[in-house]
Amino acid sequence: MITVKLGGTLKGTAGGQEAFEVEAANVRQMLTKLESEHPALKPLLAKGVAVAINGQIYRDAWYQPIPPDSEVFLLPQLAGG
Amino acid sequence: MTTIKVSTTINGDPVDYLCEPQETLLDALRDRLGLTGAKEGCGTGDCGACSVILDGRLVCACLVMGAEAEGRAVETIEGLADGEELHPLQQKFIDHAALQCGVCTPGFLVAAKSLLDRNPDPTETEVRYWLAGNLCRCTGYDKIVRAVMDTAADMREAR
Amino acid sequence: MPLDARLDAQDRSFKVVGTRPSRPDGIDKVTGRARFGADMSAPGMLVGKVLRSPHPHARIRSIDASAAEALPGVKAVVTQADFATQDGDLHDTLINVMAGDKALYEGHAVAAVAATTTAIAQKALKLIEVDYEVLPHVTDVDAAMAPDAPLLHDDMVTQGVEPAPSKPSNVAQRHEFGHGDVEAGFAQAEVIVERAFKTEAAHQGYIEPHACLASVGPDGQGELWCCTQGHYMVRNTCAELLGMDISKLRVTASEIGGGFGGKTTVFVEPVALALSRKAGHPVKIVMTRSEVFRATGPTSSSSIWVKVGATKDGRITAGQAELRYQGGAFAGSPVEFGAMSAFACYDLEHINVVGYDVVANRPKQAAYRAPGAPMSAFAIESVISEVADKIGMDPVDFRLKNAAKEGTESAYGPTYGRIGLIETLEAAKAHPNYQAPLGPNQGRGVACGFWFNFGGQTCVNLNINVDGTVALALGTPDIGGSRASMCQMAAEELGIAYDNVRAIVADTSSLGYNDITEGSRTTFSSGLATIEAARDAITRLCERAAIMWGIPADAVVWENGHAKPAGPNAGDFEPLSLAEIAKVSGSTGGPIAGHCEVNAEGAGVSFATHLVDVEVDPETGATEVLRYLVVQDAGKAIHPSYVEGQYQGGAVQGIGWALNEEYIYGEDGRLQNPGFLDYRIPVASDVPMIDTVIVEIPNPGHPYGVRGVGETSIVPPLAAIANAVSHAAGVRMTQVPMSPPRILKAIDEAKANGGPGA
Repeated sequence: MITVKLGGTLKGTAGGQEAFEVEAANVRQMLTKLESEHPALKPLLAKGVAVAINGQIYRDAWYQPIPPDSEVFLLPQLAGG
Repeated sequence: MTTIKVSTTINGDPVDYLCEPQETLLDALRDRLGLTGAKEGCGTGDCGACSVILDGRLVCACLVMGAEAEGRAVETIEGLADGEELHPLQQKFIDHAALQCGVCTPGFLVAAKSLLDRNPDPTETEVRYWLAGNLCRCTGYDKIVRAVMDTAADMREAR
Repeated sequence: MPLDARLDAQDRSFKVVGTRPSRPDGIDKVTGRARFGADMSAPGMLVGKVLRSPHPHARIRSIDASAAEALPGVKAVVTQADFATQDGDLHDTLINVMAGDKALYEGHAVAAVAATTTAIAQKALKLIEVDYEVLPHVTDVDAAMAPDAPLLHDDMVTQGVEPAPSKPSNVAQRHEFGHGDVEAGFAQAEVIVERAFKTEAAHQGYIEPHACLASVGPDGQGELWCCTQGHYMVRNTCAELLGMDISKLRVTASEIGGGFGGKTTVFVEPVALALSRKAGHPVKIVMTRSEVFRATGPTSSSSIWVKVGATKDGRITAGQAELRYQGGAFAGSPVEFGAMSAFACYDLEHINVVGYDVVANRPKQAAYRAPGAPMSAFAIESVISEVADKIGMDPVDFRLKNAAKEGTESAYGPTYGRIGLIETLEAAKAHPNYQAPLGPNQGRGVACGFWFNFGGQTCVNLNINVDGTVALALGTPDIGGSRASMCQMAAEELGIAYDNVRAIVADTSSLGYNDITEGSRTTFSSGLATIEAARDAITRLCERAAIMWGIPADAVVWENGHAKPAGPNAGDFEPLSLAEIAKVSGSTGGPIAGHCEVNAEGAGVSFATHLVDVEVDPETGATEVLRYLVVQDAGKAIHPSYVEGQYQGGAVQGIGWALNEEYIYGEDGRLQNPGFLDYRIPVASDVPMIDTVIVEIPNPGHPYGVRGVGETSIVPPLAAIANAVSHAAGVRMTQVPMSPPRILKAIDEAKANGGPGA
């Protein structure tokens, strides 16, 4: 079981809930489970999110493994200049 | 529309071209003669990317009419190197990484050459004020000024 | 592979990386041979020109182009009807490229023509009759948020607010970041500073205007030559806007004359393609400087409120901010990044930042170097310095005491790994500039900055030529010398001379997809892919040596540019050089190449500390920058000269934004300064030499430890200069640019109030 925390803005869009528990071994599994188990997150996930695992930000890595006890954050998708 | 026949000298070679009365020297160089080294960054004489030397004087080619080149001598970036041999300024700009995107570089080189032709031993302040008509957005000017100062020092030594 | 395992052994030594070789495109660029966006032409080429709205906000009742179309020499006129309808992600992009039923800002494209000459095209524009119903407009961010503000979009309901508002507004979205309980934090504070700030919109100011040459044949196949930070993005976007298959459009990136984020979207490219398709001839469009200012993306302007509390011994107890960014006529201002990065430099228990993404009748903002971060850093770093002043603590020591470090829960959520903020602060403190004596009317300012840095999709081909040289094909346009860095990394891996590697930026049909050159990602991502492609090629080279020696491939190792038997048991063979293996490659199995296709994650975050001394003339309000120091973590500097160049360039752009540059709108909603004469970017005589210190805290996500360096350098300058000017003038400056009239006004007001300037 991993705890997925929502960064900032995403909190507001998920009805104020800040953390979600899911059973997942990689990013894809985590996103799929979040969507099915927490329908409130659906619009947010559809917009696209980045995932921070233990401080490292992944913009688009479905099959990145999530080790047990990782710190996992959902963040808005990033773009730069 | 009436076209004007212009006979001029560009980088030492006699050149004839036709242009319309409203065309600038920059238009003529770029669009009529294929000399695209001079760039149009603004078209209003504010950025210096189109710097050329007209009868020994540094000008913005966008502020000179194409017809005005009649009987005069134009020097552009394409004439700065002597065949395969780069002008010392060109080599120093490469050595000092004095360019990033490089779009302002032809204008800076022409302007810097015009400075060193007049003043072989400029101070940093003189370099900065002489080049104040040329905009560079990438480098913050540091490496450009160093390249020009270093070229001047080398050219003095070689003299 | 876990990202933190990517970094090569820390004690590895480098032969080419870290040196300063000449760039491969250097000669082309100093001789005028390099071809930029406007330098290409084609036989039978037409000139494209765009008709733009003179009104900041107007309904377009009708467009009658019949007179223009009838003008001899005019070959095509297009309006929005000539593009494919967009309901998805490109909806706003299409409307920005070509207006539909409304013009949303002065300069908004309404129609375009292609004609045989510039003069005819310009005449044709005047013959297009547009029936406008002028609407009330709004350009200021605070005014746009007012309840009675003119609405840009009738269907814009603020997202991120619960319950959802019942009425539309100009606020596209509310964002919130932070952790802890700021009220509790402020209750612990002994000193609290609270202030409101404003920043004006600045333009990226690249010297090369947008330019492109498009050619679409009767078979529907198209070619496009253009200056862009991302030609794959241009291809995919244009194909969709024109309803073409992606494979039918080939885009070549010209040399690019600066971008800084401003060339990460499309403007004239789809228009040129639509005109060419309709006219049946190649069409070239080159923007004028005025068009660049009025119709491409400047930054957001912003209005910011900040509150910071601290104990007298220098511990920050809470930080809070509200950011309002207008991003032009469409949703998508970088306020979210502004909010995320606002307190990213600090290790704080209690943080709350709220951001509002606001629309106004201005051109759609585009990314500009660390988009969104300089504005929030301006406000927050100003207040941080003011708190330090109030408690009588050295501003560097105050920052050191509160600096984010490994293990800090960042302001935007995740916990930091190894980062280099403290090292930049310590290097700034140790630099001679920090001890330089200050005279009358002079002041010193310090500020820190943060940027995320990105990776992204990247594809590199590395071809070994039969003469032992190497051709490297990259897909990220080279905007500041990146080809040199890539050649260095390839040479380092292969063990060959730098001069034997030649890098090009390949067109979209020759190499797989690459994300845009943005987010400080190129040296990190294309560098990572270059290294991987070189390692892939080395595997092939070792296989060929194994075939030549008749031993197993795994018995061959690569050292110093040579294949060697792995050990005494592998056999006794003379090492084979890359050139020797390449020379016979046709007889040992065919061409040798290495490839890498990757979505490069693991770009390390970046921090900087800037230190500046200024002198303010109390009579004129003019500011002179006396000394400027940039200290930034580069992870590993591949080509130190170009790393320094990024630091210096970012700092001077920041100086311009801090002191001069701003979009000035009249009451009529029109931009009053759309030229370099009145929109004044720094010139050589405005600035001193820019001192730099490169700190190297390796990024675990890159084999050599590279972190992106392109953007962070524009984050601290606004605040650093504001702190210096405030110290010099004796009055706190809260609006950029700090132009002479604003400084004089602040000094006069302080005098009138009996303040320090009195």
